[in-house]
Amino acid sequence: MKLINLYSLIPMAPLLASVFIGLFGRKLPKQLSHIIPIFGVFVSLLISLYALYISVNGYVFNENLFRWITVGQYDLKIGFLIDNLSAIMMVVVSFVSLMVHIYTIGYMRDDSGYSRFFSFISLFTFAMLMLVMSNNFLQLFFGWEAVGLVSYLLIGFWYQKPTAIHANMKAFLVNRVGDFGFLLGISLILFWFGTLDYYEAFSRINSLSNQNVVLFNQSLSLMTLISILLFIGAMGKSAQIPLHVWLPDSMEGPTPISALIHAATMVTAGIFMISRMSPIIELSDTALSFILIIGSLTALTMGILGIFQNDIKKVVAYSTLSQLGYMTIALGVSSYSLAIFHLFTHAFFKALLFLGAGSVIIGMHHDQDIRNMGNIKKYMPITWITFLIGTLALVGMPFFSGFFSKESIIDAVKLSNHFGSNFAYFCSVAGVFITSLYSFRLYLLVFHGKENWKKNNTSKSIAHHGLKSNQNPHESDWVVTVPLILLAIPSVIIGYLLINQVITTDLINKTVFIASGHDAFLNLADHFHGALSMSIHGFLTLPFWLMVAGFFTAYFIFYKKYIRLTAPKFINTIINARYGFDTLNEKVLAPLVLFFGNILWKFFDIKIIDNILVNGTARLINIFSQTTKKIQTGYVSQYAFFMVLGLLGFASFFIIGWIK
Amino acid sequence: MSLLSLAIWTPIFLGFFLLVINTKISNTVTYLLGNLFGLISFFITLYLYFLFDKSVQGFQFQEFAPWINYYSINYHVGMDGISLPLILLTSLISWLVIFISSNSVKKSLAFYIASFLILSGLMIGVFLSLDAILYYIFWEAMLIPMFLLIGIWGGPNRVYATIKFFLYTVLGSLFMLIAFIYLYTQTGSFSVIDYYDKTLTLTHQVLIFLAFFMAFAVKIPMWPVHTWLPDAHVEAPTGGSVILAAIMLKLGGYSFIRFALPIAPDAAIYLKPFLVTLSLIAIVYIALVAIVQTDMKKLIAYSSISHMGFVTLGLFMLNPLGFEGGYIQMISHGFISAALFFAIGVLYDRMHTRDISAYGGVINKMPIFGAFFVLFAMANSGLPGTSGFVGEFMVILGAMQENFWIALFASLTLIFGATYSLWLVKRIIFGVVKDEQNNALFDLNAKEFFVMALLAILTLLIGVYPAIISDITNQSSAVIMDLIQQSKLP
Repeated sequence: MKLINLYSLIPMAPLLASVFIGLFGRKLPKQLSHIIPIFGVFVSLLISLYALYISVNGYVFNENLFRWITVGQYDLKIGFLIDNLSAIMMVVVSFVSLMVHIYTIGYMRDDSGYSRFFSFISLFTFAMLMLVMSNNFLQLFFGWEAVGLVSYLLIGFWYQKPTAIHANMKAFLVNRVGDFGFLLGISLILFWFGTLDYYEAFSRINSLSNQNVVLFNQSLSLMTLISILLFIGAMGKSAQIPLHVWLPDSMEGPTPISALIHAATMVTAGIFMISRMSPIIELSDTALSFILIIGSLTALTMGILGIFQNDIKKVVAYSTLSQLGYMTIALGVSSYSLAIFHLFTHAFFKALLFLGAGSVIIGMHHDQDIRNMGNIKKYMPITWITFLIGTLALVGMPFFSGFFSKESIIDAVKLSNHFGSNFAYFCSVAGVFITSLYSFRLYLLVFHGKENWKKNNTSKSIAHHGLKSNQNPHESDWVVTVPLILLAIPSVIIGYLLINQVITTDLINKTVFIASGHDAFLNLADHFHGALSMSIHGFLTLPFWLMVAGFFTAYFIFYKKYIRLTAPKFINTIINARYGFDTLNEKVLAPLVLFFGNILWKFFDIKIIDNILVNGTARLINIFSQTTKKIQTGYVSQYAFFMVLGLLGFASFFIIGWIK
Repeated sequence: MSLLSLAIWTPIFLGFFLLVINTKISNTVTYLLGNLFGLISFFITLYLYFLFDKSVQGFQFQEFAPWINYYSINYHVGMDGISLPLILLTSLISWLVIFISSNSVKKSLAFYIASFLILSGLMIGVFLSLDAILYYIFWEAMLIPMFLLIGIWGGPNRVYATIKFFLYTVLGSLFMLIAFIYLYTQTGSFSVIDYYDKTLTLTHQVLIFLAFFMAFAVKIPMWPVHTWLPDAHVEAPTGGSVILAAIMLKLGGYSFIRFALPIAPDAAIYLKPFLVTLSLIAIVYIALVAIVQTDMKKLIAYSSISHMGFVTLGLFMLNPLGFEGGYIQMISHGFISAALFFAIGVLYDRMHTRDISAYGGVINKMPIFGAFFVLFAMANSGLPGTSGFVGEFMVILGAMQENFWIALFASLTLIFGATYSLWLVKRIIFGVVKDEQNNALFDLNAKEFFVMALLAILTLLIGVYPAIISDITNQSSAVIMDLIQQSKLP
């Protein structure tokens, strides 16, 4: 079998499963609704692992599948580029997707949209794989929008919930704002590079690296313009400030997709894309600093919001935003390998945390408020242990996977000389404390302490949800716990195993380009003395102690409640308004669009064009005919009079002419 | 009789035949015969597709017969890659309209079906004519069945709408006739191909271009001569709206390609800023207007104008990417707008209102319909994988070759197009069942399902593999691009 055919199977298997289940799922036995998609994704995983094996051994696969369209001198094609970067992404996507597929059997068991859900998540897997496997910008955009579509469908999966259908539209539209920039970036690339193929485009970059374009009467480096436009696309998908607003709302969707789409894979597409574009991004220091600052702001401010959430999923969602900020910071200091590495470890432990949260939610009978939880460790031991592992990985406990990736990012920021890296260093170090604070707050309130659902409180939001005070949660089924365990294992060990390859060998680094002078990553490699030494050294660093401080702060303030902090009112207002981005969008921008629409419609279209110009012309003709018709009286005598008058006129005209 | 004439005259002849025999047959037989005739017409054009030689640059299957020798007016028809996809679209959509007619049309079915058959023949005639007068006759004749369709089967305000529609278009067309007569005085011929080689001064070119522009801009329609379209759509029966949006608007785009651009290329370049500005206004302004509509048919009508703005923007970029993008956008819009108007017809047949606020939670009762509606709304907002993406994407790529700001304004459609499409979906399709009327809704019947599924397949096919269209058009668009790029100044 030719490699291209084998590789086409990777996205095609889930696509076929999705289409089949989507069309016939409701008529088939229920088991087939999950067996077929799981089989499809399993095939993808196996071939992805094989692709990773081939690519790690040094073979970069780059072939076109078919010609999409031919226009003038341009040939746009669909094809695959499988190097270490895409192979790693493929493995992450198909592995997490497989876990989520299995988990869904338990989570969605009683949902009437069972087969529809499987059809959607398989479709998502297809779209995401097309995105990461692409060898050109066209297909990248194709997958980019397609994952957005599936995200839209899945956030609004429970389409009777008003909040869900608000959230899914918001997600799509905010992403479209990002895509707006992205598409302009792609168009500029086609115009200047003359191709949409990655390798061809990158090979022509040298002649253009100093090209300037004129905008607003100012000369601007072409590479800066393209880089920032591409990054605007990444800001939408990877939820960076100010285009992050859709991600917390997306939690309206079922939990398995929060894990798959809004934590492990889709939201990291922006990080992947910028890494892929490194040959372009690297040529613009302005763009790198822009990326760095946006990432820093996201990492810190979104983490802070995580501390104040009471919905278990919202805490994890804000944590995701903050971690995406870390990845963006890594991009900003030209350490693409570290961004991808953090993406990689984060995919496992964040999917684990989301699925763990989902397991708790099942146990709590769909009550998501952490104030009604407590002491769940007693009833759900597997969920408890795995969730703890996820938490430790997230906060960066040495030896856990998150430690290696996050600690490396912080070190790289420290070594970086990009404009803004001091600010980024502050944000990323402060972020460690914040991360630890919200993570342990969540962990302690959910798994330890009093069994709060037994209190007869009336604050339970929705009456038919939640445990009654005489019920206890039960550990979830094996279809839920097995994925938790399978995700917990890499959350512990994967960092330790791979950090050496990432930093000292060229596992990811050979797929990206780093301009000379952007030496943070190189210098990091010089300071690196193996995973063990890094872990032991990790107990002595500032981030470690900040993490510990975070734990104790959470323990004393939120768990034991020894200290009662009352924040000033304006801070409360800012936090509750989530810095006011939603207010701006929903109270200012959206009404403004409607206002303009109404003005254009009711004033220009109806008043000016229709009433004055179109009907006005008709009225004018009418007035003219009203006037002239008065001549047409119908009296023969008057007609005869005018006729004689006319004859006289003609006669005198000729007579005068004849006399002359 | 040869093939192209067969494609033109078969539906016209069969349409009249149906009118003649209609008193002697029942409605069921009328319906069956109408479908048979529609299918025959479609298969003729499909046969042309298989005979068409993609590698040939010029016109194929030409037919030539002297008609009015004194003015050298001839019956001259021919087909190239630009006309072929459009006649396929015409005959297919016309058949689908007939196919679905039995659902909603209660009065004089035979007359209704016959109008569509005749209309489709006339429109195919427009796409195939190579003689200016022949073209003009088809162009004007096609107004008659459309006028009747809106006037007889239309809504309460149909008289205003038909008069407006008629006057708007006739007024525009008169200028076009003047241009043809002027060109006749210069070349002594009414053959379009002769006009291509004729050198003209810039002033003459500009005047000719503007005369054409009056006719075609109304048809497309471009801002600010677009206000007839929402009225006509709102009053037209479902089938009328479908034909109007899917095909009649394309006649304007096609005519720009066939006449205005190659005959007066220097004028097109000279007037480019003006034309591009109007197109951008259509894209942005009309999209904003679409967002605030409360009548779903008006919303889709405005969305059509905005999408046709992409067609004109692409064509007036005068580069291959924009040209091909604008062209594919025409074909794609033919499928998507047809599907959306069919969908509105489905809802209207059940609820007898087009008011968006009367609906809510339709998907609970009509899951299959809901799935199709979401698909077409997404296609309408240009989602990759659907045909709606291909045209917009290429037009934006083409615009970027011209100017960053044009591309930027055009790209705003990504946001606004998604806004009106998805907001419509949110209000109609999703949510809980709004009230008793919505609760009484029932899902698609077999005929409706067939139409929606067929259009969905075509939309996806072109989205995934647009080469299926561009391979047909490549040679012909190269010819047109050559004509546009060569100066015709004396």
